[in-house]
Amino acid sequence: MTALTIERDIQARRLPARAPWLVGAGALAVSLAVGSLGSGPSVPAVVALAVVLYAVTLYVLSRAVEGPRRATDRLAGIAVTSAFGLAMIPLVSLVWIVVSRGLRLFSISFLSTDMVGIFGEMTEGGAVHAIVGTLLVTGAAALISIPVGLFTAIYLVEYGRGPLARAITFLVDVMTGIPSIVAGLFAFALFTLIFGPAYRAGIMGAVALAVLMTPVVIRSVEEMLRLVPNELREAAYALGVPKWLTIVKVVLRTAAAGIVTGIMLAVARVIGETAPLLITVGQLNQMNWDLFDGRMMTLPVFAYRQYAQGGVGIDRAWAAALTLILIVMALNLLARLISRYFAPKAR
Amino acid sequence: MTVGTPPAPVAAAGPRAADRRTGSRVWGGRVFAGLSYGSGILILLVLAAVAVFLVVQALPALTADPTELEQISWFRAESLLGYVGPLVFGTVLAALLALAMAVPVSIGIALFISHYAPRRLAQGLGYLVDLLAAIPSVVYGLWGALWLIGVLDPVMTWLSSTLGFIPIFAGYQAPAKNVLTAAVVLAVMILPIITAVAREVFLQTPRLHEEAALALGATRWEMIRTAVLPFGRSGVISAAMLGLGRALGETMAVLMVLSPGLLFSFFLLKPGQHQTIAANIAAQFPEAAGLSVSVLIATGLALFVITFVVNFVARAIVARRKDFSGAN
Repeated sequence: MTALTIERDIQARRLPARAPWLVGAGALAVSLAVGSLGSGPSVPAVVALAVVLYAVTLYVLSRAVEGPRRATDRLAGIAVTSAFGLAMIPLVSLVWIVVSRGLRLFSISFLSTDMVGIFGEMTEGGAVHAIVGTLLVTGAAALISIPVGLFTAIYLVEYGRGPLARAITFLVDVMTGIPSIVAGLFAFALFTLIFGPAYRAGIMGAVALAVLMTPVVIRSVEEMLRLVPNELREAAYALGVPKWLTIVKVVLRTAAAGIVTGIMLAVARVIGETAPLLITVGQLNQMNWDLFDGRMMTLPVFAYRQYAQGGVGIDRAWAAALTLILIVMALNLLARLISRYFAPKAR
Repeated sequence: MTVGTPPAPVAAAGPRAADRRTGSRVWGGRVFAGLSYGSGILILLVLAAVAVFLVVQALPALTADPTELEQISWFRAESLLGYVGPLVFGTVLAALLALAMAVPVSIGIALFISHYAPRRLAQGLGYLVDLLAAIPSVVYGLWGALWLIGVLDPVMTWLSSTLGFIPIFAGYQAPAKNVLTAAVVLAVMILPIITAVAREVFLQTPRLHEEAALALGATRWEMIRTAVLPFGRSGVISAAMLGLGRALGETMAVLMVLSPGLLFSFFLLKPGQHQTIAANIAAQFPEAAGLSVSVLIATGLALFVITFVVNFVARAIVARRKDFSGAN
């Protein structure tokens, strides 16, 4: 029976449906065997060999039975799928290594102590000053860029016409590409011109982050506002509601969930910025609650400094990286949840 | 977006009340419109201010005498241009290498999500790739410096011993703190943005083009080659340029992975040959003062100009494409 179907498939110039599976199993077996012959099988080498073997064998088989066009089609399918697999390697390995190494020093005391009096190979000490610094600086950046971004988006969607609006749209896009270090240099240059070269404060970092964050906020809010149906606006106007009240009470309220999501994603994006903070806010071993006076530690800079210091610092750097990723992922998750549960229903 | 001016309020509640109401309405509207307009202008001003402040701060270095510049401890060049040159070279080299690795993979991922993956899984898989964009750069730096270097070591040893006769692969030295490793980290970091833009473009391919190709008997790959890729070409180019812009300006990953050097060198596997502008600023800035700050800001200005041009061109391609895509 099965021999008959295979016969029929081959006469119809098609590979049987289970051929890819069989070839795959064969390729894996062969590469495992080759791997164990060599100097200890390493997982990536075995997988790479298996993929190559699979692609070559299937191509040759398919070319013999189905002809070159179908063979190329199969090869393209394998290439495209392995491109996706390739991209998963960094993601999986990164998450794995951050979690496994980060957990070595990650604890309640890591989250609740600072680095005062910590030296040498002491494993005590923690990042609470860095966490507070990150939250303060990012919060201040959000305070600057949310109103500016919100109003700019409103301008672009509700008021803007003609060349000015087009220019702003275009330059906002270009602004999303400003390197973070250039934003840091800008904040540094701005504050040195006003307060002199020795001035260092959290607000400098906040301004740098705001430069990076505002275009992202504008972009996402603009997209959300454009999704609001025009009928809602027209209905409000027909009732005699002035334009600005329509925007506040109808447009913004309809788009609220999307706007909050966009803003949170923007915050998540800048909260991990390191370079601009490294050159403006600097570093400190203890808590500093004052945004306008003196250096501050932030979580990304803390991770970098601990890494540069080496020794037990590297464990601390991983723990800080874990903390940072947890914060970023929490923001991302919250943003998705808000957009899922609070978005206006279509019908 | 055809929104007319709101109709005049009905004056039913007596003339005075109506007056007061219109008054507050007009003011509210004016303040609100003014705020919106002002924010739009502010964005333009900030962008201009970035350029102006960088120029002002870089001016002392641009006009300084070479003998003054030589006072700076890390300044080993004839002139400012001689110092910026290798940095620009290193920046562009690392970014282009990253781009060469990231673009084919990104196109593959984008095609996988748009045309190969099961419809129900596609969105979730796309979200997985987007997660790569959410990871902070300093974490990429740690990953690159403490994990990737070890993983790439056998690969690069093999590359250097078998292909070492080609000059660019010659002379590998053990910790893989070379420009190729930095480029691999950069490639991973720019994957998500290139993939996201390419995916959007591929999804916009007119259904009829695809179905026409399939109806003529094309296989899936032939359909993609004849309908999807030509349609998405300009989109992919601009996506690549956006990725290039990101790679040019990325700081931490390069700073933590690359062992720096200031040479015009094509030895991709040798440490201590290259450095990028951004990483150089981050490395030198905390200890810099006076004229050396100016020199670093001058290099930052060069980076700003390069990335601005790259992003400008990329966005211009996207914008032009938007005008024409309706015709398809």
